[in-house]
Amino acid sequence: MSLVDRHVGFVHALRRAGLPVSLAEGLDAARALEVIDLTERETLREAYAATLVKRPTHRPGFDTLFDLWFPPVTSALRTTVSDGDQPDLEQAEVSQLRDRLAELLLDDAAAMRDPAFGEFVRAMVERFGRQPAGPGRQNWFSYSVLRALSPGTLMARMLNDVLLGQQRGGLAEKVARRRLADNIAGFENAVASDVRRRIAEDSGIEKIARSTVKPPVDQIDFLRVTKADLAKLRREVHPLARRLATRLTIRHRLGHRGRLDFRRTVRASLSTGGVPIVTRMKPRRPHKPELVVLCDASDSVSTFSHFTLLLTYALREQFTKVRAFAFVDTVDEITRFFAPGIDVVEAISRMTEEADISRFGRSDYGHSFERFAEKYGDAIGPKTSLLILGDARSNYQRPALATLKRLAGEARHAYWLNPEPLAQWDTGDSVATPYGGVIEMHECRNVAQLAAFIENLA
Amino acid sequence: MTSWFTSPADAGERLASVDYLADDGIATSVFLAAALGKPLLAEGPAGVGKTQLAKAIAESTGAELIRLQCYEGLDEARALYEWNYKKQLLRIQASGEQAWEETHDDIFSEEFLLERPLLKAIRRTGPTVLLIDETDKADVEVEGLLLEILSDYQVTIPELGTIVATRKPYVVLTSNATRELSEALKRRCLYLHLDYPSPERERDIVVAQVPGIEASLAEQLARTVATLRALELKKSPSIAETIDWAHTLLALGRTDLDESTTARTLGVVLKHASDQARAIKELGLPAR
Repeated sequence: MSLVDRHVGFVHALRRAGLPVSLAEGLDAARALEVIDLTERETLREAYAATLVKRPTHRPGFDTLFDLWFPPVTSALRTTVSDGDQPDLEQAEVSQLRDRLAELLLDDAAAMRDPAFGEFVRAMVERFGRQPAGPGRQNWFSYSVLRALSPGTLMARMLNDVLLGQQRGGLAEKVARRRLADNIAGFENAVASDVRRRIAEDSGIEKIARSTVKPPVDQIDFLRVTKADLAKLRREVHPLARRLATRLTIRHRLGHRGRLDFRRTVRASLSTGGVPIVTRMKPRRPHKPELVVLCDASDSVSTFSHFTLLLTYALREQFTKVRAFAFVDTVDEITRFFAPGIDVVEAISRMTEEADISRFGRSDYGHSFERFAEKYGDAIGPKTSLLILGDARSNYQRPALATLKRLAGEARHAYWLNPEPLAQWDTGDSVATPYGGVIEMHECRNVAQLAAFIENLA
Repeated sequence: MTSWFTSPADAGERLASVDYLADDGIATSVFLAAALGKPLLAEGPAGVGKTQLAKAIAESTGAELIRLQCYEGLDEARALYEWNYKKQLLRIQASGEQAWEETHDDIFSEEFLLERPLLKAIRRTGPTVLLIDETDKADVEVEGLLLEILSDYQVTIPELGTIVATRKPYVVLTSNATRELSEALKRRCLYLHLDYPSPERERDIVVAQVPGIEASLAEQLARTVATLRALELKKSPSIAETIDWAHTLLALGRTDLDESTTARTLGVVLKHASDQARAIKELGLPAR
């Protein structure tokens, strides 16, 4: 494959993975290739990143694809650098290999880009990652490498080495644990990346490229979020709230001007001899709705509910008042857990422990709406925007449509955000369409859709 | 066009010579921006050295730094140029019997033009680094104003014509990402995302920026700050705050960062009460 073909293929792969790479940016990248030293792989990577990747959320996907299109080594050309005092990686006992791994992890070898580390990773994948798959074919797996070496179980003894008899449980241990966990994650990523490279060599880059690139964080489906993604999502709350708030303030300022400001008009007329040539207007008072959030806190949609709750609280300044209620099969007010300045993680865990929201532990929308109307009906008034969060899966209970219709009618606006994809609405026990008939229902599967919705709301 | 840097490695070394430690990404982007003649857009959280990068480029290449600080309501008259109308009025009054045509030609000449940063950077003949700071703070219209300058390095003044740069300035834009910059602007720039550094790099930064600090303390600091950043905080500590912390510890005469010292000086790096409470709880620090 010539350099031009590889460049074009790479740019195409990026576009397929959802990065908006324009023609001009592709040309910039090609121009950059002319002025850099192509044998320096990291320089090449950064040159591509600088010209093509203009959003930080796209960077992880870019790195994965770069490793596939510009692999650090190819199996055919591999040279083994063997060190005299190191064990032979192809023959050594597993315990020796684990010792060597612990040594590399303790030296921060991954972060320092130690060539010995790369060599070790490749040898381990070669040795443990191969699984025969039919005659003349083989599959590569990273889990078998990680199972054989189980780097996680090295933690205890590495901590002993680092702490050297210092007191356990304190700051020093937390810091060391963090560092080692990062290094182990680095090792796991390196193994996964080498496995991908080998699969790409066996069955073509494009095939693997399609399946390995994860969507950027604002496109992750709320209902399919992993634990690691969850932390990433929560980190997005404050930057996202800040961006939304900026955009909303700009919009308010650009909006229509209000009534004549008599004092300032007269003042301005002094410079034109008392003739009011330029009129001055009072800025319009910003419209700040009151918000009542009613969210399904059952396990199936809790990620979505929590994230949205956090976001509405981070955006508190955009609303005059925010009240939040949670339900599983009965409803309770949870506003008190989200006082200003409170720690978000703690608020969520206190909410699940202390709020009285569950009787039998299965979602029952109908009963919850009825209880809400009964106990907190006065929360909704003509200035209120009502926001309901949930998947409308009510376990075949009565939907209480009339109650919801009355609540929606009393509010100024009422919306329902459903984290399920549109195609799954009305399947099984979902009553999305009947609810959608009395209250405006929106699909809200990821952060991008949520942000677009909130921008329209405030 | 004269070359600013000969290679990414050269860019890295020259930045290091003015105590700015660049990683691969920074060095490559800084080199490419000069080699391709494109503006460099540096984006990232507050306090990771975006503005400092522009200053370091200027210092290491001996260029003059011209800075345009963006803010809400920044307009052409502040960013680009303005006619000095008071002087023009005086000139008209002094002209007496002169014909209007002549006066008109007179008052729209160089003499009555007030240069603002962008025009100044375009017209300079010496090497220039133009820093457009906090681009995201300016209104969206300002981005439109920047497009002509960033793609063609020229400014059009209706009365005088188009002024083309004799020597392309090195343009650095910074942004805190409080709003998305427009696609048109991003497309014209090289993009550099500056994030919190790896502990190794942060240690080196602390050693370079804080004279008299011991390497072991710097290492401890960098590792502790990395641990703090891993917590879910409202505002993660920035590099600038790490450096402040190092200064604080030096001033207190500490050579070791133990639990009680950390707890007592936590306010230097964490500036929200809830963040501090969280750090104390998660790291097992003694409560104050």
